[in-house]
Amino acid sequence: MSDIPQEPQHPLFPALCRLGSGIVGVARWSVFGALAMVGGGSMFAAPALLVEATTPHGWGDGASGDSDHLWLALLVSLVPCLVLSARWAAGRTTWAVGPAPLLPPALLLAAVLKYGGVLPGGNHGVVWLVVPMAACTVLSTRWLAAVTRRLSAEWCGVPITVPYRPLPGSDTLPGSGSGSGSGRATGRAPGGQYLRLLWQRTGWLLFDPATWRDLLWIAANVSAPWILCLALVKILPPIDPALTWPLLLLSVLWSAPRLLPAYGLIARSLLGPTRQAELALRVNHLNRTRTDTIDTSAAELRRIERDLHDGAQARLVALGMALDAADQLIDTSPAVARAILAEAKGTSVKALAELRDLVRGIHPPVLADRGLADAVHALALDLPQRLHFDGELTGRPPAPVESAAYFAVSELLANVTKHAEAGQVWIDIAHIDGQDGGTLRIGVTDDGRGGADAARGTGLSGIERRLAAFDGVIAVSSPPGGPTIVNMEIPCVLSSPKTSSS
Amino acid sequence: MRVVIAEDLFLLRDGLTRMLEAHGLQVTSAVENGPDLLAALAADKPDVAIVDVRLPPTFTDEGLRAVLQARREVPGLPVLVLSQYVEQLYARELLAGGSGGIGYLLKDRVLNSTQFVDAVRRVADGGTAMDPEVIARLLAHNSGNSAVAALSPREREVLALMAEGRSNAAIAQQLVITERAVAKHTASIFLRLDLQPSDDDNRRVLAVLAHLNR
Repeated sequence: MSDIPQEPQHPLFPALCRLGSGIVGVARWSVFGALAMVGGGSMFAAPALLVEATTPHGWGDGASGDSDHLWLALLVSLVPCLVLSARWAAGRTTWAVGPAPLLPPALLLAAVLKYGGVLPGGNHGVVWLVVPMAACTVLSTRWLAAVTRRLSAEWCGVPITVPYRPLPGSDTLPGSGSGSGSGRATGRAPGGQYLRLLWQRTGWLLFDPATWRDLLWIAANVSAPWILCLALVKILPPIDPALTWPLLLLSVLWSAPRLLPAYGLIARSLLGPTRQAELALRVNHLNRTRTDTIDTSAAELRRIERDLHDGAQARLVALGMALDAADQLIDTSPAVARAILAEAKGTSVKALAELRDLVRGIHPPVLADRGLADAVHALALDLPQRLHFDGELTGRPPAPVESAAYFAVSELLANVTKHAEAGQVWIDIAHIDGQDGGTLRIGVTDDGRGGADAARGTGLSGIERRLAAFDGVIAVSSPPGGPTIVNMEIPCVLSSPKTSSS
Repeated sequence: MRVVIAEDLFLLRDGLTRMLEAHGLQVTSAVENGPDLLAALAADKPDVAIVDVRLPPTFTDEGLRAVLQARREVPGLPVLVLSQYVEQLYARELLAGGSGGIGYLLKDRVLNSTQFVDAVRRVADGGTAMDPEVIARLLAHNSGNSAVAALSPREREVLALMAEGRSNAAIAQQLVITERAVAKHTASIFLRLDLQPSDDDNRRVLAVLAHLNR
C-alpha cells in the first residue's frame, strides 16, 4: 500500500480536525447530559411528589385545579406505560422500557404546571401515584444503564459488561451478544403463566444488587455535575469577564473529547459488575458453555458411530462376503469369481473414501500435520472462489482451540459457497500478543451478496457456541449487497513450534 | 529400475515391495521413517523413491518434509508421494520447485497395480503423476477462472488427464479417441489458457499445473 501517493495536506487541516473532534466531543457529552437529566427526573419525581403531598401547603394555590381532566390525563399516560412495562417484565418486548423514564417527570410537570399542585383526592391522595411512578423508575434504570453501557463502549472506548443475573427460566445471559439479550420474546404465555412470569421478573429485577447500583449511578450522574461546577467556580481564580466566554469555549472544546474516557471509567465502576457479580456471571457462562460442549461432543460421537456403522463397517462385511463367494467359485467358474473380485475391489475403494471423509470431519490430517494456518489454507484452496490468504502463526495454539477455529472457518467457508455467490474470499489469520498470552484472530471476508444473519441460520450461532467454550467471540457484518466480514477472536497462548527431528 | 520405499506400516511396505518386484522393479531399501529414508536415498541413489507422507517419529508430515529436503539437495530427484488423503497445499509444495519427477497419489491407487507401476515408471523418467482427486479439486478451484470455464467438456477431460501427467497416447487410450484428436484438443487448450505449446510432455504438464495453481 506504500506506493499510494500521499495527498498534500492543507496547513489548516490538523486544526480543523481538532475542532471537529472537539465539537463531536461536546455533542457526546450533551447526550450523556440529557440521559443524566432524564434519569434524574425519573428518579426524583416520585419522591418530590411524595414530599409535596405530605407537606401542609402545596406548590400552588389550587385555583386552576380541575381534577376530572387530571384523572383523564393520568389514565392516558400512566396506563399504557404500565401495561408496556408489565409486558416487558413478562418477557414480551424490550422497547417498551424506552418511554418509561419520561413518565414520572411528565406526571410531576403536569401536576405542578397545569393544576397548580392540586391532585385528585387532595394532596394525600397522590400517594398512590408514587408506587407506579417508582415502578417506572426502576424499569427505566435498566434502559438508561443499557444505553449508557453501549455509548460508553462506542464513544469512550470503555466497554462495560452487563452485570445482571440471568433471567429466571432462561439459560441465556441478559444482554449477551446481539439479539439474544434480556426480555427477548419467549413465546406467548397463557394467563396464569403470564402472572407467574411477571412475578418472577419483578423479583429478578428488584433483588438484583446490580439494579440498585444502576440507581446509585443515576443519582450520582445527575448530582455530581452540579457539585463539580460549583467547586470549579469556587476554586478557579476570577478572570476578566471579557475573556470568560472565549476561554470557556476553548477549554470545553479542548477537554470534551479528552475527558470522555474518564466518564466511561466512572460509569464502569457503577454500571459494570462487581467482583462477586463478575464471578457469578463467569460461573454461569462456564456452566452454559460446558453443557453446550458436552452436548456437541456427544452428538459428534453418535454421528461418527452411525457413519462407521452404516459406511465402512457395512462395506467391510460386503467385502468379506464377496471374497468368500469368489473363493468358492474360483475353481468352477473363474470368470464369475474374477467379476466378484473386481466388485470387491470397488467396495474397498469406497470404504477407504468414506473413512477418509470421516477422518477429515473428526480431525483433519493437515491440521495435525501442519497446524491451523496451513490447514485453513488447504481448506480454502478447495474453494471455487479466488483466494487471498494471509496467515502465519509463530507457534501452535492448544489443540482444542485449533480444532474449534478450524471447524469454525470450515463452516464459514461452507456458508460462502452455499449462500454468498462470492467471487473472491479473503482469509487472514494472526496471533496478536497481549495480556494473558494474546488473542488468535481470524478474519473471513467475501464479496458476495451479504445478508448473513446469526439469528436465522443455525450455522453462525453454532460457531458462536463452539467458540464460547474458549471465551472466543465472533462478529459478523453482512449488509444486504455485501460484503460479508466475519471476525473471530479466541484468547489463547501459542506453544513454541514443533521442531522437526529429521 | 531401482526403488526405495518409505512406509511405516509393515503390511503395506511388504505388499508394495512384492508388487513392484512382480513387475520387474528392484527395491533396494524399504525403510520405515524419515531419517532412514534420507540415509537410504544418499546410500542407494535410487531411480525413484516411494514415500508415505505420514512417518515416524512425529507421525505428521515427516515423509513430505524429508522428500522436500531431499529434493532441495538433489533437484529433480524422482519421488512418488503416497498418502491416505490428498491436499492441494501439499501438491503445490511438491510442484513448487518447478522440476519434474514428482508423483502424489492416494494410497488407494495401489489397488490398481498396472496403473500404479505405470505411474512409478513415469515419475522415475522425470514425469508427473498427480492423483485424479487432486486434479478434480484443482479444477473445482478454477471453476471461476474464465479461461478454464470456456473449455468444452471434452477439452476439460483432456486437461484433467494431462494435468495428472498422462501422455497423449495414454489420454487417447483412456478417452477412446485417436492420438491426433488428443493433440488437437491439447493445442486448443494451450491456446485458450494462453500457454506456450511444447512437445515435451513433462514441460507441458508443469505449465498446465502452474497455470491452474495460480
